[in-house]
Amino acid sequence: MTTVKAIINGLPVEVPEGTTILEAAKQVSVKIPALCKHPDLHPTAACGICIVRIKATGRTLRACCTPLEHGMEVITHDPEIVAVRRGIVELMMSKHPNECLTCARNQNCELQTMCADFNIEKSDLDSIVPDLPLDESTKAVSLDPRKCISCGRCIQVCQEMQNVWALCFMERGIETRIAPAGDISLAESPCVKCGQCSAHCPTGAITEYDEAPTVWQKLMDPELHCVVQIAPAVRVAIGEAFGFPVGTNLTGKLYAALRRMGFKAVFDTNFGADLTILEEAHEFVERFAHGKSELPLITSCCPAWVDFMEKYHADMIPHFSTCKSPHEMVGALAKTYYAQQAKIDPQRIFMVSIMPCTAKKFEIQRSEDMRSSGYQDVDVSITTRELARMIKQAGIDLRSIPEEQPDHMLGAYSGAGTIFGTTGGVMEAALRTAYKLVTGANPPRPDFTVTRGLKGVKEGRIEIAGKEVRIAVAHGLGNVESVLERVRAAKQKGETPPWHFIEVMACPGGCVGGGGQPYGATDELRVKRAQGLYQEDTAGLWRCSHDNPYIQKVYADFLGHPLSEKAHHLLHTHYIPRPVYQR
Amino acid sequence: MPKFTPAELDAHRAKLAAAPRKRAIIKVGLNTCGDAAGALPVYQAAKEALQASGLDAQLVRTGCAGMCGLEPLVEVQVGSDPAVMYGRVNAEAMREIVAQHVGQGKAVDAYRVPSIADMCCEPPTPGKQYRIVLRNCGVIDPESLDDYIARDGYQALKQVLTQMTPEQVIAELEASGLRGRGGAGFPTFLKWKITRASRPGEQKYIICNGDEGDPGAYMDRSVLEGDPHSVIEGMIIGGWVIGASKGIFYIRAEYPLAVERIEKAIRQARAAGLLGSNILGSGFDFDLEVRLGAGAFVCGEETALMASIEGKRGTPWPRPPYPAQKGLWGQPSMINNVETFANIPPIILRGGAWFGAIGIGRSKGTKVFAVTGKVKVSGLVEIPMGTTLRQVVEGICGGTPSGKPVKAVQTGGPSGGLIPASLLDTPISYEELAKLGSIMGSGGMIVMDETDNTVELSRFYLDFSVDESCGKCAPCRIGGTQMLRVIDRVLAGKGTKQDIATIKRIALTMQRGSLCALGQTTPNPVLSSLKYFEHEWNERLVASK
Repeated sequence: MTTVKAIINGLPVEVPEGTTILEAAKQVSVKIPALCKHPDLHPTAACGICIVRIKATGRTLRACCTPLEHGMEVITHDPEIVAVRRGIVELMMSKHPNECLTCARNQNCELQTMCADFNIEKSDLDSIVPDLPLDESTKAVSLDPRKCISCGRCIQVCQEMQNVWALCFMERGIETRIAPAGDISLAESPCVKCGQCSAHCPTGAITEYDEAPTVWQKLMDPELHCVVQIAPAVRVAIGEAFGFPVGTNLTGKLYAALRRMGFKAVFDTNFGADLTILEEAHEFVERFAHGKSELPLITSCCPAWVDFMEKYHADMIPHFSTCKSPHEMVGALAKTYYAQQAKIDPQRIFMVSIMPCTAKKFEIQRSEDMRSSGYQDVDVSITTRELARMIKQAGIDLRSIPEEQPDHMLGAYSGAGTIFGTTGGVMEAALRTAYKLVTGANPPRPDFTVTRGLKGVKEGRIEIAGKEVRIAVAHGLGNVESVLERVRAAKQKGETPPWHFIEVMACPGGCVGGGGQPYGATDELRVKRAQGLYQEDTAGLWRCSHDNPYIQKVYADFLGHPLSEKAHHLLHTHYIPRPVYQR
Repeated sequence: MPKFTPAELDAHRAKLAAAPRKRAIIKVGLNTCGDAAGALPVYQAAKEALQASGLDAQLVRTGCAGMCGLEPLVEVQVGSDPAVMYGRVNAEAMREIVAQHVGQGKAVDAYRVPSIADMCCEPPTPGKQYRIVLRNCGVIDPESLDDYIARDGYQALKQVLTQMTPEQVIAELEASGLRGRGGAGFPTFLKWKITRASRPGEQKYIICNGDEGDPGAYMDRSVLEGDPHSVIEGMIIGGWVIGASKGIFYIRAEYPLAVERIEKAIRQARAAGLLGSNILGSGFDFDLEVRLGAGAFVCGEETALMASIEGKRGTPWPRPPYPAQKGLWGQPSMINNVETFANIPPIILRGGAWFGAIGIGRSKGTKVFAVTGKVKVSGLVEIPMGTTLRQVVEGICGGTPSGKPVKAVQTGGPSGGLIPASLLDTPISYEELAKLGSIMGSGGMIVMDETDNTVELSRFYLDFSVDESCGKCAPCRIGGTQMLRVIDRVLAGKGTKQDIATIKRIALTMQRGSLCALGQTTPNPVLSSLKYFEHEWNERLVASK
């Protein structure tokens, strides 16, 4: 690798050719501030806060996008540079509502931090906050364009990372704002509610649609029997909001906290994940070994992916697993099986899902299938971020609270269930059970590591009973197109499909990188969160979903067998092509 | 028309030169400026008068001869007499001119204005115009390929394709010292050299930036309308040098006549084998297409311009990568301004040394300015670099119409600055204008007399830049608006000393923090007004009342 040698603030640095000044400065312990640059995204050079001076010319350049050149002498901080940075932050603040205390991002806002760093105490600039309406139409993400600083991250995320194209810049100059093209509402736009825009927004302009108040209200209602479930990825991320090291698994503490908040029963979506695997692995084996309907089979537990597929790739509907997502399965069983066993009127049961995801908020009402119990199977879905705030509101000290167990009926889970929370996890879990279904025995080594890691599209070949199973795993919706194109091309030519089984998760890294997870996710964090899940997988009692005795019990007592009529009614759904624009 | 070989092109030119001429030639300027001033009825009147009288005269529509303030302009040349230029001609006057001048050989003194020959001088002379870029403007029929060929048109292209190597062309450009006429003044030879060296063998693009947008500046429009083939010829040569097979004219949609004439010229050149495959039998393939700008000033910035061509939002992108490395559609691309391209054929034909001998310091050749405001004769002037501002304003353009002293000259449009009357003896060059806090820019020059107020003028420019900010980067997007609010406070008589400090603070943030030149230079008119005319600001402050 060619390197360049240069001087930053008088200190010699040597970095690989192409390294930006922003990155190179880290080598000499210099942190150049930036607001628009995000590690997931290529620099767009919008904010201007990262300017540095090139000593030879005296000119200022943006450190985020300027590669360090050989022999360059760079000054990252001098009084004028600091004054300019401060000036930019002051300008941004003059067009930003002074609502920090009542903002969802209070104390967790990159703009606010920058203001504090530059001590913008008062300004003689007029406040010119535009009068723009809040868009809460999706009931999943909220867009408050007044708080937008036009950094463009959300647009890059929506267009390039996710290939959804719901958001774009409208107008120009001081009128510039973010909105769906044509000024329609987000609900009418191609938005798939993945929430990656909210996870990347440096301010409170895009946030999850906050439903914590609803949950508190329901918990206060004596007529209701509130139950709750936690998704796999929540347990390894929520600790970040409480100062735990990234990736710390807080499952037991969360169970305890939720009981103290007033939930009558605490379930785990991991149980639903195990159930999903039983259903989906049977579906796969029917297609793979018995030739029933088309291959590849494509996973369906990600609601943003389902919405994306229905809008952009409806021709893939025959390939989609009809399995509902795990939390919907738990919701359906809570209001049927659990209601029956615990002798509670299902009408009184209020099911809350804690998800790493904003799209789940949309999913719970996406079709009539989500009322398979006769009631809305999941009543409210809140994100990891909302739960973190609720725990704080409840005065629960998560650091010292003793761990508890879930309500096992819908709470016990296998390692296969827990890895659902990371990209490749569903595939790995399904392969474990498919192996058993085909061969009659558990795989000798349950780790199918080809599914792991953060490569955008992972491909692998696994041998089951002498037959090769070709799999692909994609995460980040922007990575889906190339996979589906190959499937289509093979179909058109009448060739065998390039893969038998495809997993897709809308968010980078899968659910650990979900749109509802604590802010500040980067690949580094996503990897650590995933490690937390893999550790639990290896440490658990059962590695395979079919070995979970509570899963066996729900089939024996209630569902019959995988893909039974009852299972179909409660645990499966169907898909329809939907217009990209709803208007 | 058959496709020319080099020899056929020469033969065609010789044939045009030998063709019998009418006794008299009447040229009516029919650029947008002439049309707006009512030249069409004048043309019509000439046509009817000639038909009725049966006089042996040729009537020609030309581009603009430069003195736009005197339009409609009509030039009459009879026999071997020197051409006479008439200004502010109406239909009635036209009939009189036909009858008297064409009919009886007597010039009509009432409408006489200086002719092109009167204004220009060979060799270049201080205080006189010298026309390289405008060599054919107002002289030839821009819609006639023959007229262009007759004036050595496509001779440079032939020379390049048949006798030169790309390196030789670059060497001539280096010797010429030609720098980008869009305003930034980057050495043209270097741009060509870098783009030629970039990713050889790959698809490359050459782009003509015709998105002229400075208020009061219309040099490029005039060249596109008045001599379209000269720009096309420059582009073909550039395409051949850098190895591009495709060129794009990016012209603002508000220039319909320029677009029409360029499109017509492209069709003519294609039919004559000067564009398309195997140009002049050389084996070189090159073609042009026109793309219209949708009205955003910032699309004159090269990265925004390319984004616009690609159908994206017209906002600038950080450089590097430079267009030469990764430009339009990710391919090596070279963007030059209209005036830069129009300079290419004469440099090839007369040699880089000839061009390099004109001008001062590192500013070579000529520059076209659109002089407007308080001058007797507004319009286009092309002067050798080094001519002083005073020579342009008071000499060539005749000073203020009121006779009041000049107060200041504004150059460089919204990115430029004010130059006070005390500095009018400054020679015009990239360096000298920059020293004064202004810029050469693309060629806008607005003259103010003592009745004008520079606070209001700088507000006008700031308002323009604020309106045209693309909104991408925070310093420009918000800084301009906030500065405007402070200035309005001052203009309303409510400003304080603190407000002046605030303006300067915002200005620094914009200059250092903006991504592209638009934002970086937006404060210039305000800062130069503060620098040279601080009293005009102080007079309005609360404290001084």
